[in-house]
Amino acid sequence: MSFLEQKAMVTEPFIVEENHNYVHESIWRLMFRKFMANKLAVIGAFLMIIIIGSALFAPWLAPQDPSKQVLLDKLSPPGEKYILGADILGRDTLSRLLYGARISLLVGFASVAGSIFIGTAVGAIAGYYGGTLDAVLMRIVDAVISFPSLFLLITLVTIFEPSVFTLIGVFAVFGWTGTARLVRGEFLSLRSSEFVLAAKTLGIRSSRIIFSHILPNAMGPIIVSATLGVGGVILAEAALSYLGLGIQPPTPSWGNMLQSAQNPQIMLGAWWYPLFPGFMILITVLAFNFIGDGLRDAFDPKISE
Amino acid sequence: MESTDLLEPTERLELGKTKQLTTQETLLQVRNLKKYFPVKAGILQRTVGHVKAVDDISFHVNKGETLGIVGESGCGKSTMGRSLIRLYEPTEGNVLFDGTDITNLSERELRPIIRRKMQMIFQDPYASLNPRKSLGSTLNEPLLAHKLYSSKKERDEKIKDLLNVVGLHSSSMNYYPHEFSGGQRQRIGIARALVLNPELIIADEAVSALDVSIQSQIINLLEDLQSTFNLTYIFISHDLSVVRHIADRVGVMYLGKLVELANKNDLYAEPLHPYTQALLSAVPVIRNTGVQQKERIVLKGDIPSPANQPPGCVFHTRCPAKMKICETQIPEFKEVKPNHLIACHLYQ
Repeated sequence: MSFLEQKAMVTEPFIVEENHNYVHESIWRLMFRKFMANKLAVIGAFLMIIIIGSALFAPWLAPQDPSKQVLLDKLSPPGEKYILGADILGRDTLSRLLYGARISLLVGFASVAGSIFIGTAVGAIAGYYGGTLDAVLMRIVDAVISFPSLFLLITLVTIFEPSVFTLIGVFAVFGWTGTARLVRGEFLSLRSSEFVLAAKTLGIRSSRIIFSHILPNAMGPIIVSATLGVGGVILAEAALSYLGLGIQPPTPSWGNMLQSAQNPQIMLGAWWYPLFPGFMILITVLAFNFIGDGLRDAFDPKISE
Repeated sequence: MESTDLLEPTERLELGKTKQLTTQETLLQVRNLKKYFPVKAGILQRTVGHVKAVDDISFHVNKGETLGIVGESGCGKSTMGRSLIRLYEPTEGNVLFDGTDITNLSERELRPIIRRKMQMIFQDPYASLNPRKSLGSTLNEPLLAHKLYSSKKERDEKIKDLLNVVGLHSSSMNYYPHEFSGGQRQRIGIARALVLNPELIIADEAVSALDVSIQSQIINLLEDLQSTFNLTYIFISHDLSVVRHIADRVGVMYLGKLVELANKNDLYAEPLHPYTQALLSAVPVIRNTGVQQKERIVLKGDIPSPANQPPGCVFHTRCPAKMKICETQIPEFKEVKPNHLIACHLYQ
């Protein structure tokens, strides 16, 4: 027998020798290394740190009070007094941008945190338990998706006073469906994977299997979708504010700064007025998308270095 | 056995006896086990039929022996293994472990004994380890779940012993699965199956994904562990020569049914069922080893779909010795020679 001959050849037990040159690396470090190898993602991360930093330190960085009006200086071009110009009420654009970043980022992060939480919970339950529960939850997801969301947002924001918290609530309650589908898919495939079956035969409880075995392996897509989601919410907030249904003046947000520049005369005559908030939205969304793409590659085990 | 000398002493070493000394005590009894998967169709997802992955299988496994299960892909070997250990809910039939019927126990009732005493080694060394858990935490988790040791020190001690037993360095505890090779990962899978001191291990294609030289290392390891810890194996494989090497008795499956079950030597020397004969004739023989190549029996046609089994004997569509009765009557699985069971009308 060929097999018996093979067996005779191998008599030494096989021991893994300790290799001192080999530095072992956790899976997170490996991913960090992959992320750092992606130039666009690093640029995105760098931009994001700057944007978040300037939002956090707005009170110290802002040259003026963002709501101080000097009507004589209205629509001043960028210059010594107003680095990025002044708006139609003579308020400093740079200061308003810095304070606006706080609102835009707060809405972005908080809504995404909410929608990721709801989506992950629903998706995990549907995917892990399957059957009727799965069918019911997924029909609810279908129903929520089929609402005309912009129309609904406008209606809801009109009913409830438009404020930062209503906006966050509305974005969270209608933004979770994509995450739910994504997480359900991950759970569905991971629950029949061999390491989950092994955990079951070892008597590990369902709750522990869900939180300690399946969820960490589904974190990649969840984090990617959250990152891309923040960009999406910042855009949506800008769109709502532009329609006058988002953050209400005098609180500055990038969206309502654009809105107050809607007048064609302003757009042509004072180009700096809409340019800077628009540019900030562009840069921020772009940064989040770059980071999301970088994370996607870093989490994907199939793409090696 | 040289490699046994390297094994760490454990609390169960004194139980280790050679295979010949074990008594003929039944550890696992399987009675008329069936596992049907519903086939659903249409908008309302109504059940329109069943895939009969495991269809009326009965056998027993003695303490300390290795029962080999062979059959081609899709014959229901793995489904059977997973139904035995209650990863799948059996549709019908009973599985008795050490005299206790485990078929209807809830997960909570399974946990204290069955989830410790029955374990599984999986096929794919890459998919069977959680990539986010270090080796130490993979092995620590079951010990914690069953509260087997009170202190972390004792658990670490146990894990280090275990790693030495399966041939891994005890310093590899902090390493992650991606840092090991396929063969090493399979050793980790074996260590995980051993961590709760089981009695029965179901090895589902445990060496099929490994290359041949690693296969023999793992087979040797499994044999050493069996004699050290007095383990009982159900060894599921499509590789006839591996099964011939490791098994004491061998069962042959075809389309969800057990068609022949006999001692290894009887089965390989004198297969009775036409399917087993065809299967064995397909094993390649290396020239100049003195073994005569049997005349190759080539089966006609494809294996029928388990969702649409033929009536009568499931093998009659491809059987070279088909008779009239085979098309209508299901042959009984019975003993035709001492310890040689077969389901075929030729011998009834």
